[in-house]
Amino acid sequence: MDCYTANWNPLGEETFYRKLELYSMEWGLREDLRDCVVAAAPYGGPIALLRNSRRDKTPSARPLLEIYSASGLLLASVPWKSGHLVHLGWTAGEDLLCIQEDGTVLVYNLFCEFKRHFSMGNEVLQNHVLEAQVFHTEFGTGVAILTGALRFSLATNIDDLKLRRLPEVPGLQKAPPCWTVLAQDRVTMVLLAMGQELFLLDNTSCSVLVRRPPGLSPSAGPFLHVAVSFTHRLLALFCDSGSVWMGTASLKEKFCEFNTGIRSPPKQMVWCTRPRSRQRAVVLAWERQLMVVGNSSECIRFVLDEDSYLVPELDGVRILSRSTHEFLHEIPEASQEIFRIASMAPGALLLEAQKEYEKESQKADEYLREIREQQLLPEAVGQCIEAAGYEHEPETQKSLLRAASFGKCFLDKFPPEGFVRMCQDLRVLNAIRDYQIGIPLTFTQYKQLTIEVLLDRLVLRRLYPLAIRICEFLRLPEMQGVSRILAHWACYKVQQKDKSDEEVAQAINQKLGDTAGISYSDIATRAYDCGRAELAIKLLEYEPRSGEQVPLLLKMKRSKLALGKAIESGDTDLVYTVVLHLKNELNRGSFFMTLQNQPVALSLYRQFCRHQERETLKDLYNQDDNHQELGNLHVLGGYCQKRIEGRVAALQNALDEFYKAKNDFAAKATEEQIKLLRLQRHLQEELDKPYLDLSLHDTVATLILDGHHKRAEQLYRDFRIPDKRYWWLKINALATRGDWEEMEKFSKSKKSPIGYLPFVEVAVKHHNRYEAKKYAPRVPPEQRVKAFVLVGDLEQAAEAAMERKNEAEMSLVLSRCSPGTDGALAERLNRARAQLLKK
Amino acid sequence: REDRGRSPQRDFHILFVPRRSLLCEQWLKEQGVLGSFIHREQYSLDLIPFDGDLLSMESESAFKECYLESDQTSLYHAAKGLMTLQALYGTIPQIFGKGDCARHVANMMIRMKREFPGSQNSIFPVFDTLLLLDRNVDLLTPLATQLTYEGLIDEIYGIQNTYVKLPPEKFAPKKQGEGGKDLPTEPKKLQLNSAEELYAEIRDKNFNAVGSVLSKKAKIISAAFEERHHAKTVGEIKQFVSQLPHMQAARSSLANHTSIAELIKDITTSEDFFDNLTVEQEFMSGIDTDKVNNYIEDCIAQKHPLIKILRLVCLQSVCNSGLKQKVLDHYKREILQTYGYEHILTLNNLEKAGLLKPQTGGRNNYPTIRKTLRLWMDDVNEQNPNDISYVYSGYAPLSVRLAQLLARPGWRSIEEVLKMLPGPHFEERQQLPTGLQKKRQHGENRVTLVFFLGGVTYAEIAALRFLSQMEDGGTEYIIATTKLINGTTWIKSLMEKLEPAPF
Repeated sequence: MDCYTANWNPLGEETFYRKLELYSMEWGLREDLRDCVVAAAPYGGPIALLRNSRRDKTPSARPLLEIYSASGLLLASVPWKSGHLVHLGWTAGEDLLCIQEDGTVLVYNLFCEFKRHFSMGNEVLQNHVLEAQVFHTEFGTGVAILTGALRFSLATNIDDLKLRRLPEVPGLQKAPPCWTVLAQDRVTMVLLAMGQELFLLDNTSCSVLVRRPPGLSPSAGPFLHVAVSFTHRLLALFCDSGSVWMGTASLKEKFCEFNTGIRSPPKQMVWCTRPRSRQRAVVLAWERQLMVVGNSSECIRFVLDEDSYLVPELDGVRILSRSTHEFLHEIPEASQEIFRIASMAPGALLLEAQKEYEKESQKADEYLREIREQQLLPEAVGQCIEAAGYEHEPETQKSLLRAASFGKCFLDKFPPEGFVRMCQDLRVLNAIRDYQIGIPLTFTQYKQLTIEVLLDRLVLRRLYPLAIRICEFLRLPEMQGVSRILAHWACYKVQQKDKSDEEVAQAINQKLGDTAGISYSDIATRAYDCGRAELAIKLLEYEPRSGEQVPLLLKMKRSKLALGKAIESGDTDLVYTVVLHLKNELNRGSFFMTLQNQPVALSLYRQFCRHQERETLKDLYNQDDNHQELGNLHVLGGYCQKRIEGRVAALQNALDEFYKAKNDFAAKATEEQIKLLRLQRHLQEELDKPYLDLSLHDTVATLILDGHHKRAEQLYRDFRIPDKRYWWLKINALATRGDWEEMEKFSKSKKSPIGYLPFVEVAVKHHNRYEAKKYAPRVPPEQRVKAFVLVGDLEQAAEAAMERKNEAEMSLVLSRCSPGTDGALAERLNRARAQLLKK
Repeated sequence: REDRGRSPQRDFHILFVPRRSLLCEQWLKEQGVLGSFIHREQYSLDLIPFDGDLLSMESESAFKECYLESDQTSLYHAAKGLMTLQALYGTIPQIFGKGDCARHVANMMIRMKREFPGSQNSIFPVFDTLLLLDRNVDLLTPLATQLTYEGLIDEIYGIQNTYVKLPPEKFAPKKQGEGGKDLPTEPKKLQLNSAEELYAEIRDKNFNAVGSVLSKKAKIISAAFEERHHAKTVGEIKQFVSQLPHMQAARSSLANHTSIAELIKDITTSEDFFDNLTVEQEFMSGIDTDKVNNYIEDCIAQKHPLIKILRLVCLQSVCNSGLKQKVLDHYKREILQTYGYEHILTLNNLEKAGLLKPQTGGRNNYPTIRKTLRLWMDDVNEQNPNDISYVYSGYAPLSVRLAQLLARPGWRSIEEVLKMLPGPHFEERQQLPTGLQKKRQHGENRVTLVFFLGGVTYAEIAALRFLSQMEDGGTEYIIATTKLINGTTWIKSLMEKLEPAPF
C-alpha cells in the first residue's frame, strides 16, 4: 500500500496532488509541440494539430491539419489549403474552429470534414487577427479576437452569431502581454493587462474599467500572464517579479500570493482545482519545468522532459507531450482518507479488513469491529464506493468496490443503488478510457457531462456499436438510447456514396427494422440533403407515419406521391395540406386532373370550395359533367340573388342542367317554380300584397283568404294541385276567414274527395259548433260517431254507436258523458254495451 | 373552436378543438389576424363522456359530411378518439364492423397502431370487442318515434348535452294561497343523467311503464317520511334526520319527473300522436308501404311541420327498400308545392343519403330483413320487457339487433341479411402481448364497445342497456357515437338551409 501514495505530492498540510499517466501517445509526432498550433477539447476531447504553420511559410508546402483522439490515434487529417491560421479551438459540441488571419472562422467536425464558415466582421477583415481565443460560457462557445488595430471583437455564441466590438482601451500602443475573456453574471468581458494596470472591457456597457487586484504587493511588476479557471470563478495573475496572485475573478478577494522566483513569463498558466475543494492551485509551465503553486509556502515542482501542452479540465489539468498524456489533479478527500499513510478513517479500515479477510486472517474481524464500534460502517462503505470512482486503475477500483461490498454484508438495509450505479458508471468509464476510444473522462467530469452528452460524443466519433452497448448495459429507454443512436448511424450511412441506394436502404432497414422511436423521415431528410432523392424516397417507404412522410415528399417536389400518402393516413388536414400545395404548384388544368384520380382529395377540395370558392366548385362539376350538382348549385346561387330576374335566370340555368342530368322531375319542378315566381310577381303588382317566396300552397291559401276565389281556382288548375289537398287547403282557409257561407257552397259543389269529417273538424277548430253540426250527418257511418262527439251531440253519437254495435265507439261516447247531465244516456249505453259483450 | 378574450387591449389566444386545422389557420391568416394570437394551441377533444356508459363526439355534421359530402374528417377524429381510449383502457382485441365508414375507421386504427410500434400498450384490456356501425346500415331506427321515457323527452323537448329545457308551468312551486300567481316564465332547465337514482331507473323504460314506477316511488317516499312519527328514541330520530337529505332529493326528483311525465302524457295521448305512431308502426311491420299513404297526404294538406312529413316519407321509403317512382314523385311534388320549391335541395340531400330513393330492381328487401332479424315483434311487453323491441313498442332497432346477434350466435348466422345491408362487414383482430390475454372467469361479462358512426338515438342506447342487464346476456355494452340524435335533429342536419334574399 505504501507504494500507492508514492506519486502523491503534498501542497500545504491538507492537500496532495498526483500526476498519473493516461496514455502513452501513439501519434509518433516528429515536431515539437511548440512548432504546432495545438488545441485540445475539454472533457477528454480530441486534439487538433496544425503542423509547420509557423516555421515554414513557403506557400508551396501545405501544412497538415490533423485531429487525434486523446490517446493519440489519428482520427483524420487534411492538408490546410485556406489562409493563414492564427488560432484553433473546440466548441462545446466538439467542432473545430479554425480562426484565420482575415477573421474568417472555418468550422470542421472531428473528422476534418468542413461544415461551414463565418466571418468575424469587416473590422477584423481589414485589420487582421493578431490573437484569438475560444471560450465557453453558459451561452455556448464564443470567439474573442484582438485585431491589428488593437481592438477587441467578440461573439458570445457562434451558433447565434452576434458580433460585438468592445470599447477602445485608452493608451494601448502595442498588443497587451496578456488578456483573457471573463464571464460573470451573464456578462462577457475582456480582461487585459497593460503594464501594472488591469482593464476590464465590458461588452454591454461599453465602459473601460481600471482595476487593481486587492492585496497585491506594491513591488509586483507588470502583469505578464493571466489565467481564468474552468468555471470562470477564479483568476490568477503572473507578474514580472515572478509572483503569482490568486483570487476571485471579480477581483474582489485575494486567496494568496506565491513567488515562484522565476521572472520569465510561463509558457502556460492554468488553474488546477477540484469542485468544492478548499485548496486552489495554479499550474505554471515553463520550457523544462512544471510548478503547482497554491496557498502554501512550498510548491510542487515537476521536471518536464519534453515540450508539453496543458489542457485545463473541470477537476485537474491534462498534460500533453510528444510521448505521454498525463493527468495532474488534487487527490479527492475520499481517496485521501482511505489511502493516506496510517489513516484510521473508516474507509481505510474497511479496505484493510477486506484484504485481511481474503488472507483469511482474524485481523479482518478486528478492523471491522473497530468500525462498527464507532458505528461508522455506512460511512466506510460510502467512502470506498466514492473513492473507487476517482481511480483510473481497474484493479484499484475493484479492490475498493470489493471492500464496499464486503462492508455492505454487515449492514441492514443499506441502499444498493449507489453501489450498483458506481459499478455501472465505472464500466462505462473504463470502456471509453480504452486507448482505442481515447476519452479519458474522470468520474467528476462524466457526472458533469451526463450520459446523454457522452453518448452524443460517441456518436460524433461514429462509435455506434459502443454507444449502443452502453445504452443496453445501462438499460436506457429505447427512445433516448438505442433508437436514437441507430437513427444517427442511419443518417451517417446515407452519406456513404459508394453504396447503391438499394443497398443503403436495405442495410438501414435491416438494422433498424421497426425499432421504436426511429424516424425514417429524419433519415430520409438527411439523404435528401446529401442529394440522394431516390434513396430518400426508398427510406420514406419504411416510415409508418404518413404525417412524417408528407412534408419531405412535398419538399422533394413529389407532390403526387405525397397526396397518396396523405390520403392513406386518413388525416384530412394532411390531405388539405397537400391539396393546397398542389393548387399553388400546378396549373389549374393539371391540378384538376390530379384530383380526378384521387376521389378522397377531390371530395375534400369540393368541401373546401363549398365554403370558400363556390365558383371553382362549378368548374369542378363541369369537368365531370355532373349536371345534377350543377343544377343544385344554380338553385343555391338563385337564392343569393337580390333581384327576381336574377333568381329566375339562375333557376333557368338549373332547369337546363336538370334536363341534361335527365332528372325530369327536378326539371319540371323548377319549371313550375319559375312559373310560380312570375305569377307571384304579377299578383304582387296587381294586388299590392307580398306574394313572392310564398309556397304554392300558401299562395293559394292567401288568395282564398283575400277572397280571390277565381284566381285560386285558376292556380289549382294550372298547377294541377291534387283535389284532396286543394279541398283541405280551401276549407282551412275559408274557416280562417270565417266565410262559412262559401264553405257550405263549396261543400255542395261536388262530392268531397276528403269526406266531410274534415269540415266538422275545421269548424270545431274555429269554435263554430253550429256550422260543424251541419256537416256531421254527411259524415259516413264509420266516422259519424267521432263527428258527433266533436260537435258535442252525445245523443246522436250514442245512437250512431249503438246502431253500429261498436264497443270501442260506445266507450268513447261514454267517456265523454258526465254523470250529472247525461246520466240516462250513459245508462243506455252501458246496457247496450253489456248486451254486446254478452254475445 | 373558441376565442378567448374580446377587448382589443387584451392578449388573444386561440384554442382549437378538437384539433388545429390548416384550413382554419389559413383562413385566419387571410383575414390578417393569425399573427395577433399569442398562443395557438389545440385541445384534442375527441370523445366526451356523457354518462357512465356513453361517449359522444358531439360532431353535429358528422353524418352529413360522411354520407353526403364524402368528407371523412369526423371519422379520423373518431379513430383518434378510439386510439386514445385504447391508450387508456388497453388494446381492444376484436374489432367488428359493418359499413364503409366502419371499414375506414378500422383501417385508420390499424394504421395508427402501426405508426407507433414501440409504444406497446401494457394495459390490461377493459374492452373485449369493438363494434363499429355505420348509421346508414340502419337508417330506419332514428326515423321512428322513440317511446322510451328519455327518448320521448328528447323527441318532444330536445336534450342538449344532457340538459333539457321544459315549459315552466308544471314546475311552479306549489304553495298554499298563492297558487298560479306568478308563474315562472323562464324555461325549467334540468340535467338528465344516471347520477339521479330515479332517472337511472326510468330513463330506459317504455313510457307506458313509467307511470307505475312513479306512483310506487311516491308511496315509498311518503311512507319513508311517515316514519318520523314512529321514531321514538333520540337515536331513531338521529337516523331519520341523517337520511333526510337523501329523501328530500328523492322527493324533488320524483316531483320533477312526475311533472315531465304529465307533460309527455298530454302529448302521447293526443290523437295526432296516436295517428302518427299508427302509421309508423304500419310501415315498420310492412303494411301498405308501397303506395301513397293517406295520413301523410292529409298531413301535407294541413301543412304539418315539414320535418314530421320528411320523417314519415323517409320511413316509408326505407321500409319499402325505396318507393315506386310514381309514389316518390307524388310525395316530392306535394312537398314542394306545399312547403316551397327551395326544398328541392333538401330532398336531393335525402336521396343522396339513401333515406329517400326510388326502388331499383323492383325488389323489396325489407320484409326479408325484418323477418330474419325479427325487427317486428307483435307480442311486445312494455311493462316487463323480454326483448329490445319494447323501446319502440314493437319495433326492435336494427342496429341493436346486429349487436345482439354478434354476441350470440355470431354474424355468420345472418350472412345473407348482412349482404343486403349497405357496406362491407368485417372482423379484425389486434394482437395482444401474451401477458395481457384475458382468461375469462366463468360468468364474467364480456365488454363490447359499440361505436355508432353518424349518430345514435336514446332508444337505441336504452335497448343496449337492456341487453347489458339481461341476466343471461353475458355482454355489457358501452356506447360511443359521433352525435346523439333523434329523427328531427337528424333530418334537420340534412336539410339545406336556404334563406332567400328578400326582394
